[in-house]
Amino acid sequence: MSRIGVFVCHCGENISRTVDVEKVAAEVGRLFGVAYTCDYKYMCSDPGQNLLKKAVAEHKLEGIVVAACSPRMHEKTFRNAAKAAGVNPFLCEMANIREHCSWVHEDRDEATAKAIDIVGMMVERVKRNKKLQPITVPVTKKALVIGGGIAGIQTALDIADSGHQVVLVEREPSIGGHMAQLSETFPTLDCSQCIMTPKMVDVVNHPNITLHTYAEIEAVDGYIGNFQVKVRKKARSVDMAKCTGCGICMAKCPQKKIPNSFDKNLGFRPAIYVPFPQAVPNTPVIDRENCTYFKTGKCGVCQKVCGPGAVDYTQEDEIVVEQVGAVVVATGFQLYDIGPKPAGSPIEGYGEFGYGTIPDVIDGLTFERLASASGPTGGKIQRPSDGTEPKSVVFVQCVGSRAREKGISYCSKICCMYTAKHTMLYKHKVHDGQAYVFFMDARTPGKGYDEFWRRSIEEEEAVYIRGMVSRLYQKGDKIVVMGSDVHVGVQVEIEADLVVLATAVQPREGADTLAQKLGISYDKYHFYSEAHAKLRPVECATAGIYLAGACQGPKDIPDTVAQASAAAAKVMTLFSRNELEREPIVAKVNERFCVGCLACRKVCPYGAVEEKEIRDRSGNLIKVVAYVNPGVCGGCGTCQATCPSKSVELDGYTDEQIMAMIEAL
Amino acid sequence: MHVDKVKHDFEPKIVALVCTWCTYAGADLAGTSRMQYPPNVRVVKFPCTGRIDPVFILRAFQKGADGVLVSGCHPGDCHYMAGNFHARRRFAAFRKLLEFVGVDLSRLQFSWVSAAEGGKWVEMVTELTERVRQLGPLTEFRELELAEQWSGSTLTTPELKEAYQAI
Ligand SMILES: Cc1cc2nc3c(=O)[nH]c(=O)nc-3n(C[C@H](O)[C@H](O)[C@H](O)COP(=O)(O)OP(=O)(O)OC[C@H]3O[C@@H](n4cnc5c(N)ncnc54)[C@H](O)[C@@H]3O)c2cc1C
Ligand code: SF4
Ligand code: SF4
Repeated sequence: MSRIGVFVCHCGENISRTVDVEKVAAEVGRLFGVAYTCDYKYMCSDPGQNLLKKAVAEHKLEGIVVAACSPRMHEKTFRNAAKAAGVNPFLCEMANIREHCSWVHEDRDEATAKAIDIVGMMVERVKRNKKLQPITVPVTKKALVIGGGIAGIQTALDIADSGHQVVLVEREPSIGGHMAQLSETFPTLDCSQCIMTPKMVDVVNHPNITLHTYAEIEAVDGYIGNFQVKVRKKARSVDMAKCTGCGICMAKCPQKKIPNSFDKNLGFRPAIYVPFPQAVPNTPVIDRENCTYFKTGKCGVCQKVCGPGAVDYTQEDEIVVEQVGAVVVATGFQLYDIGPKPAGSPIEGYGEFGYGTIPDVIDGLTFERLASASGPTGGKIQRPSDGTEPKSVVFVQCVGSRAREKGISYCSKICCMYTAKHTMLYKHKVHDGQAYVFFMDARTPGKGYDEFWRRSIEEEEAVYIRGMVSRLYQKGDKIVVMGSDVHVGVQVEIEADLVVLATAVQPREGADTLAQKLGISYDKYHFYSEAHAKLRPVECATAGIYLAGACQGPKDIPDTVAQASAAAAKVMTLFSRNELEREPIVAKVNERFCVGCLACRKVCPYGAVEEKEIRDRSGNLIKVVAYVNPGVCGGCGTCQATCPSKSVELDGYTDEQIMAMIEAL
Repeated sequence: MHVDKVKHDFEPKIVALVCTWCTYAGADLAGTSRMQYPPNVRVVKFPCTGRIDPVFILRAFQKGADGVLVSGCHPGDCHYMAGNFHARRRFAAFRKLLEFVGVDLSRLQFSWVSAAEGGKWVEMVTELTERVRQLGPLTEFRELELAEQWSGSTLTTPELKEAYQAI
């Protein structure tokens, strides 16, 4: 290409003060291939852009270099102007003579010489630019939401209400997540079940939501707008279509003493069960590991008593394939297991706190179950060991959180608040009881949060002790808690009836496996990473995948719900279009040169490289080469720099273009 | 900031190969903050450091660069998730090769400069310019290239000579 126009901008005086713009225009005008040059006060203004369009028409320009500010500022502006003038937008480049030149140098001659070089490099580049067409991909307007906690529920409802289809996949037999386990919630102390269960019911009743509970993501393929997801629906052993939810099977099941993990093992459930009475869907599952029929072949009681004949012992796992255009990950968190160090875990345990060995040392979620009206004690605060009412309770904050030496250095964010809540719930139920809290810092930066925390101290008379607990031991039916009060500088010893440890919030076990299936990244703790910590907090770096809730980092319910709605909004924005347009900066394989070593596939961060068979006319296999799926390619070019036979090329950044720039030195 | 003007006998050419997302933006920030630095650097923008082929570095040296700076996002911040990790591994191996070829490694600088680190960009460019100024011009590669061009006239066979003259 040989007819290039160079447009040098003064940027008011921002450029012309240090760079002799006329000289730049004159000098680059001498370069081979430059057919037109000019300088103008404000190239980005309307008259400036018109000048460009006019010049294109008058001088039959085929390529454009605008020497002005950073392309990060105005590349779009000038590419649009080029397009309007009938020049392919990718034949228009910007030479940055402001941020990289006039603003950072004072000497006029030096700056002018540098500007000439910068523009010259861009001229050489543009000569080798190719006309690129934006890539359009169709969008499947259906979303997948993984995880049915409050985050997943909110996202699914928002998207469904906007008129789009949603598939919600939950691993447990019921949706609800941790919020369903909570008693009352800070900062307003409303009952968790009361605000949660109506939403759960909305999910099953929503015509736009397909709910798969007791299901796992098996595999995810594809790219933004076009994902293909395989979901494994585990065998429930109960036919959901036939079951009426009467519950007689559960009542008659002879296995009654299976610890109920929903109640943190404080209560029991049968082998055919729903996790909690308000479960959604209200269809039981048979826990095959503990079912007499599955263990010995004898029993079969539930099948006999089930009126509609819903119990089906022969049911098998089922694989459902769903086509979706966007994925929202909302898999939540789990609490740090504070027992002795688990074998093979990089995280140190807290053997010294007696969790798992002293029955009256419990974690925060267990306390929630104790305080919950729908919990195993009907809301009575009782010691797990003997069922008595504890008259003194010690709460320990930051167990595992902010503990670098234990392998978790972040703040778990919610513990200060839920411990304050626990002291209140406790005092509301045990009026003559005393709550003590060992804390390191109090972090209450939410709306109404500090007031809430103060209420725990001022109204409920919780005694806050700043300092860490060093050791706990059982003495008779009491637990002696030894710690220090760093404010007063003394050692404290409290005889407690119950100890509640506020343990660290951690990502779900297996968060990394799911991330690998989705091709998204996670931080060193395995919380999922957002694309940009400040400006893109709900998107993953992988296009079309969004995050909601505690799977991204510790979060309370208000933050979770806000992020969930934000994720839903992002999905709706995506679904508002029938086709997606994206920059055509993608890699292409030269199939003639490709030797099929697939080194490119190993380095591609997006998994965009596939194998492609080259066959002759009669169908015989000639060779296998790499193929870059343009929909998946992120455009980093790592494959190109890696390819030993130089057969991959990134459009917009070809070797030829780069070499031309370097040679223009 | 005002930099006192000193005249130097030798002004090195520095080529910076940078990624769009972090270092290019960092250099932009240096500009918007009006930080001053030596004008010796010429920037070539890439989508990602993962795209930077070591051949570009060699070519830059051959074409007159006295120093080369390669810079991208900090590990873990890569816009393309892992491109900069691949770049890091590639350049670790490449440095050995360059040393073997006999280039003083202090002419080649790798670094991470994020979009927020305008100051670090300035420091990096200033230091490298100063360092290369001390080393003097890099001539070996340029001589090599001249030799390449020369081979045109040291043709020996009569057929080739004829063909050459016919051009
Ligand atoms: C003791 C305690 C008390 C709390 N009290 C309060 C309070 O009073 N107020 C407040 O605002 N916040 C409170 N919180 C915080 C609150 O629990 C969280 O903010 C909220 O539960 C986060 O919701 P989520 O949907 O992100 O995660 P979760 O509730 O963890 O839900 C995640 C869901 O995803 C499912 N899932 C996980 N992995 C997969 C997979 N691979 N495939 C399919 N499904 C999967 C899980 O089964 C679960 O249903 C408390 C937390 C604790 C521990
Ligand atoms: S088969 Fe027996 S043990 Fe198993 S779920 Fe049915 S009743 Fe319970
Ligand atoms: S008895 Fe049958 S219909 Fe009733 S809840 Fe159990 S499985 Fe469902």
